[in-house]
Amino acid sequence: MKYVTGAALASLLTTSFAFADPVDDTLILNEETDMITRTAAPAHLSDTLDEVMSGWLFRGTETRAMQADDFDNPGMIFVEQAQDSWMIAEGTEGKSCSSCHNDMDSMAGVKATYPKWNEEAGEVRTLQMQMNNCRTERMGAEAWGYDKTPAINMEAALSAVSRGLPVNVAIDGPAQSAWELGKELYYTRTGQLELSCANCHEDSYGMMIRADHLSQGQINGFPVYRLKNTKLNGVHSRFKGCVRDTRAETYKPGSAEFVALELYVASRGNGLSVEGPSIRN
Amino acid sequence: MASGVKPRVKVPKKAAAGDVITIKTLISHKMESGQRKDKEGNVIPRSIINRFTCDFNGENVVDIKLEPAISTNPFFEFEAKVPEAGEFQFTWYDDDGSVYEATKSIAIG
Amino acid sequence: MELTRRNAILLGAGAVLASGLPALASTATDDAIDTFTGGAAVGEGDLKLTAPEIAENGNTVPIEVASSTAVEIMVLATGNPTPSVATFKFGSMAATRNASTRIRLAGTQDVVAIAKLEDGSFVQASSAVKVTIGGCGG
Repeated sequence: MKYVTGAALASLLTTSFAFADPVDDTLILNEETDMITRTAAPAHLSDTLDEVMSGWLFRGTETRAMQADDFDNPGMIFVEQAQDSWMIAEGTEGKSCSSCHNDMDSMAGVKATYPKWNEEAGEVRTLQMQMNNCRTERMGAEAWGYDKTPAINMEAALSAVSRGLPVNVAIDGPAQSAWELGKELYYTRTGQLELSCANCHEDSYGMMIRADHLSQGQINGFPVYRLKNTKLNGVHSRFKGCVRDTRAETYKPGSAEFVALELYVASRGNGLSVEGPSIRN
Repeated sequence: MASGVKPRVKVPKKAAAGDVITIKTLISHKMESGQRKDKEGNVIPRSIINRFTCDFNGENVVDIKLEPAISTNPFFEFEAKVPEAGEFQFTWYDDDGSVYEATKSIAIG
Repeated sequence: MELTRRNAILLGAGAVLASGLPALASTATDDAIDTFTGGAAVGEGDLKLTAPEIAENGNTVPIEVASSTAVEIMVLATGNPTPSVATFKFGSMAATRNASTRIRLAGTQDVVAIAKLEDGSFVQASSAVKVTIGGCGG
């Protein structure tokens, strides 16, 4: 069986595939914020890739334009909803996010460093995990479901205030073992189709997969407003979808594997601007 | 009333008398087309914003009839005359009878 | 002229070309147009329809209609389960007869716009849009 799949895949790869260069375009948000959508690959990746590129460069003209203006970007509707809930007290302690964190603008820079090691908890945390920690431990409120609407909206809002700042996740020190796990997952083939993340996003970015323009699979643009489902989508949900598309049993959003993978994939984009909420197909 | 429906409008704060301005409007609405089926195979009934109007100081700018083929979170961009200071009134009409409104003032300067 | 079979065919082909609409336009589209125009002839002229050549996703396709003298513009997606998309009426405070929106297209098809002009005449414009299927994750 393995040989058959391999042969099928090989023939698929050797048929002439359409290739399209990512566009030569610059993203300036709201006519004022310069966004870095391509930059030199971070040190840990420089043997493999010269340049890292945002998924924005791989999308069509209209999609790219939609993201350049906060009014045109439908993802900002959900950011606004989260900005409202930021101010609303919830839970037994009668606190809102703003009770401790004040203005949402003051959270600029936070998204850029997540996922990151939390010393007290002794684990790598994603932004949603940290939010839920605040909710349960400090607000006395219920945790939000992973990648569910309130959580993803808040992640988008926290991302929005960091837009333009470079992604900068730590890969050494106590985070290192999670990073190594994530890297291993990235390069491991899974599923009936025996594809790893790298097969598409490292080996084949730029190629057309049917009519879709394969990107480098960077996550600096997450949460993403997808035209396909007209709502915000989270990283773990996307990972789950990709793994499912290789026809494998997939991990759950919030699982240790996906936390590790998110750390690793985020680090592949160190240097690119935080872009979320972005618009993709 | 459909939940989570929120209008947003973008109108310049001021303009010179006689100027042409660009207005953008967005409303967060699912626009359930009536084409989809639920898990049991039953058709999910249509539930959309079916009309959008924009008036300036009581005079009509645009009056748009929407059908299910308008995308989720209906977006419109159009241009209006600003002969004098005043108020833009935006109204969205939902199949379920709800009416959503927004107003934006514009000054001459 | 003598109505030979050749002439009849050429006449028919010419009529289809002159109508400007895709020869395979669905009946629903024709009905919608007839209702809008009251059966009047539809020509070409003061109307521009802008749509992407390739839609990244059929769920959200940006389009724009533009005219100098249109009073009302109807947009139809000829390949959708029901072709009606939107009808724009321009009032006295409209600075231009232009409008943009985002629409759903069920598949590759022609999008058609019909405008009623100030002088009571009707014009149309169309744009072919390819709606694509992605690889992984649609």
